[in-house]
Amino acid sequence: MTANESFGSAPPERSSREAKALSRRRFLSVSALAGGGLLLGARFTRSSAHASTAAGAVDAEAALNAYIRITPDNVVTIIAQNPEIGQGVKTMLPMLIAEELDVSWDAVRVEQGDLDTDLYRGQFAGGSMATPMHYNSMRQMGAAGRAMLVAAAAERFGVPASELTTADGVVHHTESGRSATYGELATSAAALEAPSPRDVQLKDPKDFKIIGTSKPGVDNRAIVTGKPLYGIDVTVEGMKYAVFQKCPVFGGRVASADLDSVRRLAGVTHAFVVEGGANPLEGLQSGVAIVADSWWQAEQARRQLQVEWDEGPTAAQSSATFAAQAEALSKQAPQRSLRADGDVEAALSGAAKVIEAAYSYPFLAHASLEPMNCTAHFSNGKLELWAPTQTPQGARKECADLLGISESDVTLHLTRMGGGFGRRLYNDPVQEAARIAKEVPFPVKLLWTREDDMRHDLYRPAGFHYLKGGVDADGNVVAWRDHFVSFGEGANFSSSAAMTPVEFPQGFIGSFALDASLMPLGVPTGALRAPTSNAIAFVIQSFLDELAHAAGKDPLELRLELLDRAIAAGTRTQMDAKRMRGVLASVGERAGWGRTELPEGTGMGVAFHFSHRGYFAEVVKASVTQRGRVTVDQIWVVGDVGSQIINPVNAINQVQGAALDGLGEALHQEITYEAGRTKESNFHNFKLLDISEAPPVDVHFLITDNQPTGLGEPALPPVPPALCNAIFQVTGKRVRSLPLSQHDLSWG
Amino acid sequence: MEFSFTLNGKTATVDVQADMPLLWVLRDVLDMKGTKYGCGATLCGACTVHVDGEARRSCRLAISEVAGAEITTVEGLSPDGSHPVQVAWQEIDVPQCGYCQAGQIMTVSALLAENPDPSDGQIDLAMSRNLCRCATYARIRQAVHRAAELATTPGSGAVTSGAAGDVGGRD
Repeated sequence: MTANESFGSAPPERSSREAKALSRRRFLSVSALAGGGLLLGARFTRSSAHASTAAGAVDAEAALNAYIRITPDNVVTIIAQNPEIGQGVKTMLPMLIAEELDVSWDAVRVEQGDLDTDLYRGQFAGGSMATPMHYNSMRQMGAAGRAMLVAAAAERFGVPASELTTADGVVHHTESGRSATYGELATSAAALEAPSPRDVQLKDPKDFKIIGTSKPGVDNRAIVTGKPLYGIDVTVEGMKYAVFQKCPVFGGRVASADLDSVRRLAGVTHAFVVEGGANPLEGLQSGVAIVADSWWQAEQARRQLQVEWDEGPTAAQSSATFAAQAEALSKQAPQRSLRADGDVEAALSGAAKVIEAAYSYPFLAHASLEPMNCTAHFSNGKLELWAPTQTPQGARKECADLLGISESDVTLHLTRMGGGFGRRLYNDPVQEAARIAKEVPFPVKLLWTREDDMRHDLYRPAGFHYLKGGVDADGNVVAWRDHFVSFGEGANFSSSAAMTPVEFPQGFIGSFALDASLMPLGVPTGALRAPTSNAIAFVIQSFLDELAHAAGKDPLELRLELLDRAIAAGTRTQMDAKRMRGVLASVGERAGWGRTELPEGTGMGVAFHFSHRGYFAEVVKASVTQRGRVTVDQIWVVGDVGSQIINPVNAINQVQGAALDGLGEALHQEITYEAGRTKESNFHNFKLLDISEAPPVDVHFLITDNQPTGLGEPALPPVPPALCNAIFQVTGKRVRSLPLSQHDLSWG
Repeated sequence: MEFSFTLNGKTATVDVQADMPLLWVLRDVLDMKGTKYGCGATLCGACTVHVDGEARRSCRLAISEVAGAEITTVEGLSPDGSHPVQVAWQEIDVPQCGYCQAGQIMTVSALLAENPDPSDGQIDLAMSRNLCRCATYARIRQAVHRAAELATTPGSGAVTSGAAGDVGGRD
């Protein structure tokens, strides 16, 4: 298995790596492809084989391009360019390169790349985008490296390249029986002109040796032996520790603070007020920074800190006021129409049965287990960051702007992250660290407490849906209207609070209307794993279930009929009805839907959702005691993410985790506000799913002739509605708001 | 104040405030980053270590309470990552983000030292206060069984909650 270094730890190691990096003269050509996306052509003008490191030792590695270095004894180092938040990208992207380079995975060492926008494109973690963005480009980088090694061998053997083959890091000339290892060829190969990635031949998938085989995470050994890997683990020589106290009310500002008392406390070196930025809800906020010799001392000092806050205009808002406003808005004409197909009013009045229902879902926190943190060193006008961020490029720009320096004066080292889930798309903690570092003459590590993390999140916004649907005498769904009451100002939805007007069932029901009304929000909101989808799938797939029951149809049958009608009609929407039908029929089969005798108190629910280019249908089997206690017995997931599962062992882990994440949200999670403050503070009142609640999750992928797409997110959204649909089957109680913990589900 | 204890088989002495939690002594004074901070309130289990062989939360455990104790952290579970639980965790590919796993591993290794072949129910009971935000729970169960199997296979490492020195004695 691969060995991996931890990084951002000891300065000598870092400086030698930097020296190595600097010793190479690197160029990158980037060309835009006609179909969008970027084609990377990274090359080095010469090998770094003779460059010296800072330590004076000969650096014998030859660099073929920005991703591949090879030593004479055939050790292949592959750079993982994207931030690792637990999605497995640090293993997956190098697998793509190694496959086409044609090396043995056991010979590969993986190294995390720093942020480098000259060398790399798309260094971010979000939107389940790594696979669709990089599936071809990373393979091209590997194939380009292989082509250079083959060309070097052709020159050495004096034979045409077309007569050469490769396997496991060796070039062979069958006719003459000659061969050379990549290590032997690397120096001369690196001196060659790199081919255009466009011109390199990619393998036929049937010849894959690495892609499609299970490779455990490249950091596993470091994880199980406790090596420093994460942002919170960064140690920089001479660094001190910081905490940052913000106003408990969002957008509140420091009016005055008793800094002198804090400065006298043990270990404290600095205490100062930081002015917030222009946006009262995002980026750098007003607060008090305390810097000390140890984090514990800084945190102890904070507990003594006396601050008077100017709480600002949102101090009166609460979850209750939001709910009341939503209720009031639902009774008025919608502020605007987002989509109107057919004539919904006519279809409703002509329907045999009309169902009306109000659905809602709560605000949610991300609650990554590693709390927000960042280490920063500002010296001589230059900023160095060790940042657990999903968006390093944004972090660099924001910090450069904040400190009034150029982006080229910011170095950003990527660290592994103890979860992201979307929280680390936002770089407020990085900005805080940079701002604090500017005030002190040493490196500083900022660490939030769990309470900071939960109370200063950018939350998954709550939402309210007022639905009306109709079925005709034959049990067909003929009308669907959703008055979506959400948050925003004017016509602008708050971050992550919008839904697309072409979301299913748009296009599948002749008369469809989506209206919206917005109310102002003084809470920071943002993307949470499977943003929007994690909320609206619950609404759409639950209400669809209500209509199925109204129509007297099996919920799975009604869904298949809807899809079949669209397939027959050739309906084109963002969602390919055929692919969804495939996963839906398959999950019904696997779960034994309609064929399984369920004991009293046990039910099955089904739901599907298309998001992040992925097609997922899921069945939840759940039991509810007569007193209302819910146990989830099993979840079946069938997904279609295209023609290739790159790393099956991780793909299954991701899907199981996403499904159970959805389960935890549905069962337990809710963030509430009182007097402008987040009420929940830690895992006792914002519960994560625990092992005793985790059912088996059966995962199956349909392999279809489509481009491979991502897996971090799309398995999550169907779980909450499938669970609620199962609960309805047992109890006859329709759950129209989450989490389940607030409902009395007793029956019988 | 000075406090001495045995850490992974070696004597450690630190000069810190008496109420400083063991977690922060390990991480920031002794620069051992394997033990993680997750909640600071004994709710998540990321900071689990062994104190005299027992799995304990180090985030609320004052250094003064462990003076003289034998403490084992994930770094000291084995000299080379060969503890059956560490081996099983890699083999089954348990981690996603991996942040909680040191705590999971410390709780499991203490469990197996007491109960060499736990059932799923016993695993759930012992592990229900070690939270995994990525929800790798199915693999945790699977890896506990695998570790139990490895521990009883001749030639593989014996399960012990002791320090590295003890584990080193296996063969």
